[in-house]
Amino acid sequence: MEYTQAKWERDEDDLYEPLLSEKDGNAVEIDSSLPDELTRDSLELPDLSEPELARHYTRLSQMNYGIDSGPYPLGSCTMKYNPKFTEDVAALPGASIHPDRSEGSVQGTLELMHGLQDYLARIGGMDAVSLQPPAGAAGEFTGILVAKAFHEANGEGDQRTEIIVPDSAHGTNPASAALGGYDVVELPSAEDGRVDLDALSAAVGDSTALFMLTNPNTLGLFERDIEEIAETVHEAGGLLYYDGANLNALLGRARPGDMGFDIMHYNVHKTFATPHGGGGPGAGPIGVGEKLAEFLPAPRVKQVENRYERFDPERTIGKVHGFTGNWLVLVKTYAYIARLGDEGLNDASAKAVLNANYLASQIEYEVPFRPFHHEFVASAGDQDAADVAKRMLDYGVHPPTTKWPEIVSEALMTEPTEIENRETLDQLAEAFNAVSDENDETLESAPQKTTAKRIDQASAARNLRLSWQKLDE
Amino acid sequence: MTGGNASAGSPYAPHTAEETTAMLDAVGVKSVEALFDIPESVRFDGEFGIEQRSEQATRRDLQKTLGKNRNLTEFLGRGQYSHYVPSLVDHIADRSEFLTSYTQYQPEVTQGFLQALFEYQSMLVELTGLEIANASMYDHATALAESALLASRVRQTSGNKVLVPEYLLSGRKSVLENYTEGPGLVVEEFATDDGNVDVDALAESIDEDVVMVYAENPTTRGTIEENLTGIGDLAHEHDALFCLGSDPVALSLLQKPADVGADVVVGDAGTLGLPASYGMGLGLFATREEFVRQVPGRLVGVSEDEDENRVFTLTLQTREQHIRRERATSNICTNQAWVALRTAIHIAYLGSSGLVELAENCVTLADDLAEKLDDISGVQAPVHDKHHFREFVAHTDQPAPPIVADLEERGFAVHEVGEHEVQVCVTDVNEHAVGEFVTLFREVAK
Repeated sequence: MEYTQAKWERDEDDLYEPLLSEKDGNAVEIDSSLPDELTRDSLELPDLSEPELARHYTRLSQMNYGIDSGPYPLGSCTMKYNPKFTEDVAALPGASIHPDRSEGSVQGTLELMHGLQDYLARIGGMDAVSLQPPAGAAGEFTGILVAKAFHEANGEGDQRTEIIVPDSAHGTNPASAALGGYDVVELPSAEDGRVDLDALSAAVGDSTALFMLTNPNTLGLFERDIEEIAETVHEAGGLLYYDGANLNALLGRARPGDMGFDIMHYNVHKTFATPHGGGGPGAGPIGVGEKLAEFLPAPRVKQVENRYERFDPERTIGKVHGFTGNWLVLVKTYAYIARLGDEGLNDASAKAVLNANYLASQIEYEVPFRPFHHEFVASAGDQDAADVAKRMLDYGVHPPTTKWPEIVSEALMTEPTEIENRETLDQLAEAFNAVSDENDETLESAPQKTTAKRIDQASAARNLRLSWQKLDE
Repeated sequence: MTGGNASAGSPYAPHTAEETTAMLDAVGVKSVEALFDIPESVRFDGEFGIEQRSEQATRRDLQKTLGKNRNLTEFLGRGQYSHYVPSLVDHIADRSEFLTSYTQYQPEVTQGFLQALFEYQSMLVELTGLEIANASMYDHATALAESALLASRVRQTSGNKVLVPEYLLSGRKSVLENYTEGPGLVVEEFATDDGNVDVDALAESIDEDVVMVYAENPTTRGTIEENLTGIGDLAHEHDALFCLGSDPVALSLLQKPADVGADVVVGDAGTLGLPASYGMGLGLFATREEFVRQVPGRLVGVSEDEDENRVFTLTLQTREQHIRRERATSNICTNQAWVALRTAIHIAYLGSSGLVELAENCVTLADDLAEKLDDISGVQAPVHDKHHFREFVAHTDQPAPPIVADLEERGFAVHEVGEHEVQVCVTDVNEHAVGEFVTLFREVAK
């Protein structure tokens, strides 16, 4: 397949980038009914007509790659097709109301929140759910606050100062643990890529607050010893946290609550195909077991006969978002789950796992760790994984996540998801295989068919220009 | 009913039965279930009890459920504001190349989004007068919390106190406390006087342990601060950062934060680009260049490609969680990039003159409505003898709760903020209903 990404040339008189080229000369002086000393003197922003803007942004969109542009097999990021009707549902007038409305006037919203709490609890095998965290990492942080509140309530707040995180974990885990004020204990993986039970036993103890685990882990491997892991952590008085980034691999096959996890977050934008929007918004609801429900963020929603009520859990940690989190994302999530139902959710994980296994069977790069589920990590071997990624762009596919996890050298972490048909997977495999045969020179000069050629990211950091005001420097 | 030739199951998994069989053969297994390496003891039976529905039925169900919300005209503000969002914003932001993309880790194929975020950063730099703005955070409350963490990192001397005004919204305060507890910071309030910061009281409260002083303009009670420079000076005399809360509409008219000594500006930039969204927002975060390596979140910078063309890329990623792990400046990963795109389009749509006009309206509409309510017997508005922006507090001789309930009965929502106080917010989106609102207010305030 011949691939060329849109590119709009730039020069001084170029109307394709009016916001930049006309940055000078649109200053207005402020003339206000307020006293002068309360106002600024002037404001200088671009001043363009609607048609000019429509073209500007349309052209920018043409220089951007989305899941609707082609395959996007970014391991652990779970880029799925986003059903279009969920956008329309989120745009219903009833979805966008003020968060301070009285309970009686927002029964529809509260019913939907209650319904989503219920769906997520069933899917995760959890007893109680809070929808408030506005992202997966925010969910992790919220879970950590809940764990802290639990230990404090048991008089062990001062004692339990450590959170254990496997070396294969997403970077958000240790970052969230540190934000919660905990010392991070990194757990080395066993040779088979899973949790090393002996290392875990040695690491847990009286100071363990939480063990954060992704299952399947970032190599796509299911932690088969999960029950023993849970027992080890619980016996030491710690809690077990489930990072939901890979939940799409388990839908209908296993539930974190049944495996012994006490707290989890759902990356609803990944598992339930709500758009990632160029880096967000997502949402990161958390689910907990019964003994932790009283600490969840406020407010939650409950049903009392035919009415829905907000309530503050008895020993709530308070809030982790100014209002109610990323509500419109949650509306899309509800619509997606309701659309798929048991049959669709089960099938989604089945096809995601099948697709990953099929793709891996068709590529020439080595995949050292098996059996994997929805994602696998191939090794680029002697090639530089970052160069491989750049070259794949020339074949019209988005590359996998690269250089991580570090357990695999020159890692290509690949997750096709359930949305790709066999033909597309074959096309992806062709791209992998073509690149695997290419020499360093070809790889280093890639990409050639994209909007921009290879970008020097280091120089952007050396000579920082973070606004158009700084462009001339 | 499913679209196209999709198999039973997920309508978004396109496999035909033949394809599935062929793929299983290629993998060398007999069934998909054989690919799941899950011990029997933790296997789940697949029954969530959620019935699959057609797209049409799902949409109808949600429409029906959301339709149960009462259709009220909202005169509500207090941290969440609505302005008319031009249709252009929806149509452009919903283009799937933007909406369905991921974080721009491969800049060669994401120049469009990167440029839009760079332009967003630039607009915030102009609005705040500070040198850098990040490319979006969750909301005002979390941005405020991150600013306190920034302050504790960059301050030259030790200390653990964050000072906030007593008018701070409880949601914001709770988020701030949750974020700052880990690093051992303590949040304390200082007094206000007639709606604004009581600078003398602040001078009493501040000491060498303070790492950050926070104030808002406009305040939660809708007043415009008159002595921001005094607040900033006090903070700086104690080597503390001065953090100012605002939003892009207010920033286009009110004193430029950099001119009054602000070191950080936080707020909700989603006041442009987003409808009320039940509280969803966009965290605004701008600060001085010297703190750039301690800033949370994503930054888009300029570089060159191999052809020496100017291009855009994420930069200073070594601060971020995916590289620095527990030593990252924040845990933020997925953020609000798409909302930042919406906000940028909205700002660009208005331009300087449109934005200033919108902001000026926020002053005059509030003035006019306060005057009209003040004319009602039994109502005094505004309570504070200050200039107002978008919203104000009114005193009612009658108890506020029944007034608020009666207004709701008649189709209007306002905030109850005290036993005899209601708060009212007016912008371009509810301006058309001011006449009816005042008439009803007169009836219920009797």
